[in-house]
Amino acid sequence: MGLQAYLTLSAVVFCLGLFGTVTRRNTVGILLGIELMLNAVNINFVAFSRFRGVDTGMVFTLFAICITVAEVALGLAIVILLFRMRKTATADHIDWLKG
Amino acid sequence: MTLEIVAFWSLAAVLVGSGLAVVLGKNLFHSVLWLALALVATAGIFLTLDAEFIAAVQILLYAGGVITVVVFAIVVTERLVGEKLSHTSRRIAAGGVVSAALLALIVRAISLAHVDLPRPALTTDLTRQLGTSLLTTYALPFQLLAVLLLVGLLAASYFARPEE
Repeated sequence: MGLQAYLTLSAVVFCLGLFGTVTRRNTVGILLGIELMLNAVNINFVAFSRFRGVDTGMVFTLFAICITVAEVALGLAIVILLFRMRKTATADHIDWLKG
Repeated sequence: MTLEIVAFWSLAAVLVGSGLAVVLGKNLFHSVLWLALALVATAGIFLTLDAEFIAAVQILLYAGGVITVVVFAIVVTERLVGEKLSHTSRRIAAGGVVSAALLALIVRAISLAHVDLPRPALTTDLTRQLGTSLLTTYALPFQLLAVLLLVGLLAASYFARPEE
């Protein structure tokens, strides 16, 4: 398979994730969309790394995966905290940032 | 060669299909399970790119760790008693237009960029190469990553601590 096929697949998955992030109401659903987008970026990194014969992309993918784990843990902790305070997990109900 | 092509297209089909199920499904819990399938399919894509170690990390951390944490969060926020696990979408038309436009833009950019590099033959063991550069060139970022993970997880457990 050529590099182009991998890049196109990654673009498709990224746009799916974007669609999920934009349209979901539930905050956990939004996080799932973000996961898909990050995943698509990792495919790009590994594909470029393999086709150019440089391992920097793979190192970056490893870092990205680990940072994503921290991001998900923090994001879900915030969701749990919000749910405790507002009894809701819907992003539209979290609108109390007022001056 | 043909096996590689078959593997790529079937994995791509699974990945896109499960990605669609993640963003379109009505049940949040099912969406998480579809996301797990998508992440495993991505690990398969990594395997077709000869990145065995990345594939293993992907399955261990993503499909193992992230999915477990997300399931826990759903259990806490929805009280998993079979009721109200659905999650609806809004502004589907606008989101679809934006995503489709971005997809068209990226695909056009890819086709204009002439990126059909030849795939170089494997000269060394990629995992060995990756390990060497992680502990030489990228040793400092690697250690910082460990600190970041510790701080992130500590902060997460502090945020979600039981109420006094």
